[in-house]
Amino acid sequence: MADTKTVAPKEGPATQFWNWLTETQVWTSVFRHDRPDTDRNRVLVMLSNVFLHLHPVRIRKSGVKLRYTWCMGGLSFFLFLSLTLTGLLLMFYYRPTLEYAYTDIVGLREHVPLGIMREMHRWGAHAMVITVWLHMFRVFMTGSYKPPREFNWSIGVIMLVLTLLLSFTGYLLPWDQLAIWAITVGSNMARATPFLGYEGPGAQLLRLGDVPLIHAADDARFALLGGTFVGEGALLRFYVLHCVGLPLGIAVLMAVHFWRVRKDGGISGPM
Amino acid sequence: MGFIKGAFNQIADPRLFFLLAVGALLLAVWKREAVASNAVGYGMLALLGVFFVFGTFDANFRLIVTKPDNVPIVGLIFLLLFFVWYSIREGVLNDRRIAAGNGPIEKAESDRVWVWPDLVYTELISLILCSVVLIVWSILLKAPLEQPANPANTPNPSKAPWYFLGLQEMLVYFDPWLAGVVLPGLIIVGLICIPYVDKNPKGNGYYTFTERKAEITIFLFGFAVLWASLIVLGTFLRGPNWNFFGPFEYWDIHKLAALTNVNLSEYVWVRGLRTSYPSLYLVRELPGIILVLFYVMALPVILAKSLFKGYFEKLGAPRYYVTAFLFLMMLSLPLKMLARWIFNLKYIVAIPEIFFNI
Ligand code: HEM
Repeated sequence: MADTKTVAPKEGPATQFWNWLTETQVWTSVFRHDRPDTDRNRVLVMLSNVFLHLHPVRIRKSGVKLRYTWCMGGLSFFLFLSLTLTGLLLMFYYRPTLEYAYTDIVGLREHVPLGIMREMHRWGAHAMVITVWLHMFRVFMTGSYKPPREFNWSIGVIMLVLTLLLSFTGYLLPWDQLAIWAITVGSNMARATPFLGYEGPGAQLLRLGDVPLIHAADDARFALLGGTFVGEGALLRFYVLHCVGLPLGIAVLMAVHFWRVRKDGGISGPM
Repeated sequence: MGFIKGAFNQIADPRLFFLLAVGALLLAVWKREAVASNAVGYGMLALLGVFFVFGTFDANFRLIVTKPDNVPIVGLIFLLLFFVWYSIREGVLNDRRIAAGNGPIEKAESDRVWVWPDLVYTELISLILCSVVLIVWSILLKAPLEQPANPANTPNPSKAPWYFLGLQEMLVYFDPWLAGVVLPGLIIVGLICIPYVDKNPKGNGYYTFTERKAEITIFLFGFAVLWASLIVLGTFLRGPNWNFFGPFEYWDIHKLAALTNVNLSEYVWVRGLRTSYPSLYLVRELPGIILVLFYVMALPVILAKSLFKGYFEKLGAPRYYVTAFLFLMMLSLPLKMLARWIFNLKYIVAIPEIFFNI
């Protein structure tokens, strides 16, 4: 009878290092589970990590396919994160005043070696508008807005509007000809708001005796621009909305959106 | 060469462009079985690619397409065409399965898989690919920066950011209070309403066409034709003074477009009854006001009793009237376009005294 001897496989230096690393106090304090190659650890990895915990542990097979979701919601989210990061870096350099706004952008362009933050921010913003549209389109085409996901669709529509407003407010900040005229054309619409814009239908009706209540210096457009034309007030307003107000709003809604995707039973599929 | 370019310049005329877009949508929906084949899908993309490559040899075309902010819209055209085609194709494939009694493919894939690794790795790879695309794009294409802002110097044309150019295109047909405020507001409200007025329980969670014919056709009409194709039109084909320019045409500031548009009130009083206008503007505009009231208030009721009887019974009155109103508002744009093109109609109701023009 031949001897059966079990020989431990020879461990290379990489494996040895890995084994050592994953047993250190630092590593075990961060990751509370072994590698996710057993069912138990695949559950643990999702549950013990706050970011991965956005996901469920298991999911419909159809739902992980690119064919079904096109990954468009995920890409919208990723683009949003990358815009937050590049936007933060841009804020180090940019001052929203008539004096500095344009020259700061010129400086970013001329003096920052290999600088592509402005490009990444601008093209990322365009891309996000497109991915959000396509995400909405996919959700429609798979009928995923139907019960029980009606409310999440509504949240989505609001986020779509916020995405466009983020892009619109950002458009003004370089303070070049492209910027102020695009915003002028866009914000001129507010002047025609029924009742609330001074050239809107019905605004004349709102008057106290001879005194019109709605005029160029207090109508909807004025509220938007902080002035009667696209000037200093508009720049500051758009800057604050672009860097603080709208991102906060959309971030909160994203939290609700993702939460609801899970609470509504995960990615949709046929009953 | 010149002939081909001339032909494209003709086709791109807003009227033909719009009618062709509508025609293409109807054809795609009607002949969807044929459209679902890979040959058609990739063939279309290839043709479009050939068109753009061919176009870049033309100086005027190159000028407008390579404006940095317009590059994403070129991408949008390809992406949109692809995804519209792709979703129709998936719908057709599922419809075949359903007809054969197999249920949609998503049904067969109902069992659960582990999120780690199946999903997180897909996400990771998408994230990396997306970053690579974004970085390469940012290295290759510089963000635009023009002359410093100068309120005294209005560029011609002055365009809104590209995603609002569909709305700016609407300004050709409607006044700002409609094109810039009311209709965009209704788009938002209408989108939010979709899940609440669509009572069709079928087609929830899988691609299909036959089970949701009307819904999908209407949505495609709004999304692909009214929203997206008007953006393309506004971006590439509108030049100085918002005049139309073909893709291979030079943007001549002095191009004149005949302005011969006529109000409905002129048609009625001056040309029809051969009298002068009544002095009271409410009387002057009475024909238009009646027409608009008919469209908004009476037409939904009439349709509920005739063409849309089935929908009225299925949806119930509140849902039906909301849907009918939103649907008619959506159709108001193409109807006004047709009225403009056929009758040179400017305003149906024109009361400039109180900025109330429809
Ligand atoms: C700011 C932009 C948005 C982000 C970051 C976002 C993100 C996501 C993500 C990551 C998912 C998971 C499935 C997927 O990737 O497709 C999802 C699902 C969903 N989204 Fe969004 N979304 C956004 C905008 C919208 C919009 C504009 C709508 C609709 C108008 C919408 C409606 C929905 C619905 C109904 C689901 C559930 C789909 C299903 O279960 O199949 N979202 N979203």
